[in-house]
Order: sequence, then structure tokens, then C-alpha cells
Amino acid sequence: MHPAFSVIFLTTLIGVGQGLFLALYTGQVYALFHVLSAEGDRQFYAVGSLIALAFLIAGLVSSFFHLGHPERAWRSAAQWRTSWLSREVIVLPAFMACVFGYGVAHYFGWNVPLFTLGETLQVDLIMLIGAAGTLLCFALFVSTGMIYACLRFLQEWHTPLTVSNFILLGGASGFALAAAFAALAAPALTGFYGKWALIITVLAFISRTASLVRNHKLKPKSTLQSAIGVRHKVIAQKSQGFMGGSFNTREFFHGKSASALRSVKWLFIALTFALPFVLLAWGLSDNTASLLLLAFLVQYAGLIAERWFFFAQANHPQNLYYQTIS
Amino acid sequence: MTQLALVIDLNVCVGCHACVTNCKEWNTSGMAGPLSDFNPYGAEPTGTFLNRVQTFEVGTFPNTETVHFPKSCLHCEEPPCVPVCPTGASYKRKEDGIVLVDYDKCIGCKYCSWACPYGVREIDEKQKVMKKCTLCVDRIYDMGLPEKERKPACVLACPTSARLFGDVHDPESAVSVAIRDSSGYPLMPEWGTKPSNHYLPRRKTQLRIHDDELVRADNPLKKERLLPKPDKSEPSLDDVTSW
Ligand code: SF4
Ligand code: SF4
Repeated sequence: MHPAFSVIFLTTLIGVGQGLFLALYTGQVYALFHVLSAEGDRQFYAVGSLIALAFLIAGLVSSFFHLGHPERAWRSAAQWRTSWLSREVIVLPAFMACVFGYGVAHYFGWNVPLFTLGETLQVDLIMLIGAAGTLLCFALFVSTGMIYACLRFLQEWHTPLTVSNFILLGGASGFALAAAFAALAAPALTGFYGKWALIITVLAFISRTASLVRNHKLKPKSTLQSAIGVRHKVIAQKSQGFMGGSFNTREFFHGKSASALRSVKWLFIALTFALPFVLLAWGLSDNTASLLLLAFLVQYAGLIAERWFFFAQANHPQNLYYQTIS
Repeated sequence: MTQLALVIDLNVCVGCHACVTNCKEWNTSGMAGPLSDFNPYGAEPTGTFLNRVQTFEVGTFPNTETVHFPKSCLHCEEPPCVPVCPTGASYKRKEDGIVLVDYDKCIGCKYCSWACPYGVREIDEKQKVMKKCTLCVDRIYDMGLPEKERKPACVLACPTSARLFGDVHDPESAVSVAIRDSSGYPLMPEWGTKPSNHYLPRRKTQLRIHDDELVRADNPLKKERLLPKPDKSEPSLDDVTSW
């Protein structure tokens, strides 16, 4: 497939926003259960939510560049019964509303306990909004992943690993950003976010490597034989019916050499996993905000390469019909 | 239930592109607006087409065969392109099974083209909406046209009658008979899309002649008696017919 930067930015940016929100809420829940002694102040959460929201908005804006008719985008909420894209279109604004509400609730300190769960667990409005946001956050990860994973002809994408990659890669980048942010605004929390960022980065590495190995072994289901229905080992295309290119030759080919593809693969492995891991570990031991911020930036750059590769690697069966110009 | 479709006879298609030309002419002049072209007289002309004719060579020289292969939307019975559309712009008509795009609803997200394994949907880069074969839905029901012209433009244009049009759910229709009697097959059956359009394979008329048919069993001069053949005492075809 041709990697479109609008979609690359959409999926990576909202991934960061989602991960950051999850980081903020997880920290709060840990503190609630007294697993974590430190807790950020109101401002930390409010500003954190604002940053997450900014990433989500940036992703949303970038997605509009993908559409031929952005002014009709509202129509895309119609087919949520069948279309994962439609589901994403519904869940994304709902999640954004929750993140916004979560930030506002923190800012105004709406933490009057509403009811008590069990003996001591006091639930306030902030916790409720956060819980709803967490649900929507995962729903959004699943919708985004399923947009790709549900296309069975794109065998490279048609696996649960696509969804787990979206969750883990988004989570890793979000927690890395949370660690950098905490180092600046709430130093006591840096270690918590940073350690989780390390763990999620490792998990993401495992999941992404698993999908790389799987895709390496894939055997295309469709062949030129089944594409035109002629049973012969030797079939060569002599003409694709036009010479100047068409939507079919532009949208479904990445147009780069196999070696370029391989380089991008190693680049994203280094930038998304190896380097951020080292930088995070180093930044945590030194407690340096700039190293943690660098870790996030490097990882984000890696994610752009990762998403580019994700698209480029997918080989659409329609390409069988477009092998030779004439 | 009706399912309109095309049956394309690869045995007859000569790859003349008349169907492509007539499809473009009809569909670019319709109410839905032109099928935009870019750079039509330049070095890299490109544009929107609903039908393409491709050419494949099968085999190795000297045993090769040229297959001209027209390709347009197959109006699948299980169209994977329809459920993925977020706006409902892509839909399959209940009454005749035609898969259509509502150009007023389409947001140009291209997701449906990803979900079609056959590469027959093309975005119109000017109108920014997805276009595909409509089976000339604006012709085939037009009572203003004489009945024999109520067919898709490509079918009318084909000089060799390689394109048949009809209801593939009616077992007695010309298309169903052709699929049944001439081994019509669908493309990429492995995806379970159940294409309605079918293709008829290349067919060769062959006469199988056995060696003993070249030699007269009862040749009185026995000159040809070189090959193993039935004993003279056994009955042969000539015994029946020679009197
Ligand atoms: S051929 Fe492609 S566009 Fe046409 S109905 Fe089938 S899947 Fe949809
Ligand atoms: S390009 Fe148009 S028809 Fe295709 S999925 Fe998007 S909205 Fe639907």
C-alpha cells in the first residue's frame, strides 16, 4: 500500500494522546489504591490532559487531509453497525470529550466523593470520567487497529497482532511522554511512568517483532492464476490497459525499492524500541527531563517510520493486475 | 431475486478496447458528472475509468497464448467493499444486485477500494469521490431507449459479442446458460466474495483422432498394417459401415 502521511500522523498522534491519558489515569488509580504514594497536583493532571487533547486534535486534523470531502465527514458516523472506520469516527470525539472533561474536573478539583465502594474506596467525579475515558480509549485503539485488521485480503494486517501493536505502541509513546512531563512538573511520578514506559516498550517490541516474523512467513493467497482464472505456471502481463498510471498504480504501491523497505524496518526497530529504551533507562537513573523528552521524541520519530513500514509492507491482491505497464 | 451481471468470454475478446471507450463515453457524459482525466494529451495521461482491458501472455514461446482480459466491478454477491464504507455511500441494491456509490454521500476516504481485492474502484481525483462500474444503471432501465439498447454501453460496443449481460440468478437467462455450458468461472474465488460477473475460459475445438482411425482395418493390400491393431476377426467400425 501507499503510505499516506495523513493516516500515519493520525494513528501515531492519537496513539500518543491515548497513551498519555492512560498514563495519567493509571497513576491516579494506583494512588487511590495506595500502590503509589506520590500523586500529582491538580494542575499536573489538568495540563497533562490538555497535552493529550492537543495530540488527539492534531491527529484528527491530520485525518481530514486524507478525505476527498472533509466537509462531509459527519456522514461517516452512519455505518457504525458494519464499519470499523465509522466506529472510530464515533469513539474518537467521545474519547476527546472525556479527556477534556477529565482535565477540567481536575482543574476545578471536583473530587467530592459521590459514593463509596466497599469499605474505603471513595469514588468521585474525576474517577468516573477517567474510567469512561479508559474504556473509550481502548475502544479507540481497537477500532483503529480493526480498520486494518478486518481487511482479510491484506494478509499482513489481518491478524490480532495489528490491534495489539496499536495498543502497545500508543501506550509506550504515551507513557514515555508522561515520564518526560512528570520529570518537569511532578518529579515524584517520573519513576512510575518511566518504568511503565520501559515495560510497555518491551511488550510492544515483542508484539511488533511477532508480526514481522509472521508477515515474513506469509504466503499470498491470491496468485495471477486465480486473478485471471488461467491454470498455467507461466503467465506474464503484457499490458495493464493504460500507460500513464492510474489510481490503482498510485494507491496500492509504495514505489520504493526492497532495500529501502528493509532500511526503514531496521530504522524503526532502532528508533522505536532500542534507542528509547536506552534513553529512558538512562534518563530515569539520572533523573534528567531532557533525556526522557529525547526518548519520547526519538520514539515518536520511530513510530512514523514504523507506520510507514506498516503500510508499505501490506501487499494488496489487486497489485497482481498491475505488474507491467505495457 | 435478481442479480444483474456481465459474462465475459475470454475466448472471443480480441482486446480492442471498444468497451473501455464506450464505457468512458457514456459515463463521462452522464448526470453524475465527468470521469475526470488529467493530462490527456501530455506525456503521462491519467484518468478515471470504470473498465479496463488488460493483456496477459500464458505459456512459454512457442506454446504461448494471448489472453485479453477486461476488468470492471464484478458486483459481488458478498461485496467486501460495502460494509466497510463509513457513510453508507457504497451500497448493494436489493432489487437487482448492482453495487453502487452515492456520489453525494461519499467522503472520498478510499477505504472501500482497499477492501476490494480486484482493484476496480477508482477515485475521481477531481470530484474526490469513489467511482466504479454501475452496469449503466442509467441506461438499462431507460424506457426512452429501444429495448435492445437497454444494455450496458460496453456490451453494446463489443464488436465480437464477448460481453453478455443479464440476470445470473435466472437459470434460463443467456448469461446463466453461458456460465453453465461454457464453464464460466469467478475471479479469486479464494476470498468468498462470490463475484456475480463470470468469465468464460479460452476454449479450443479439438478433434481427437486415434491411430487406428487413420488406418483402415480391412485394407485388402495390408500396406498400412504397421501398428498394433485389432485382430481381423474382431468387429471393427468398417464392418458395420462398409456394406
Ligand atoms: S468487484 Fe470490488 S468493488 Fe465490485 S462488488 Fe466486488 S468487491 Fe465491491
Ligand atoms: S471512498 Fe466513499 S464509498 Fe468508499 S468507503 Fe469512503 S465514503 Fe464509502
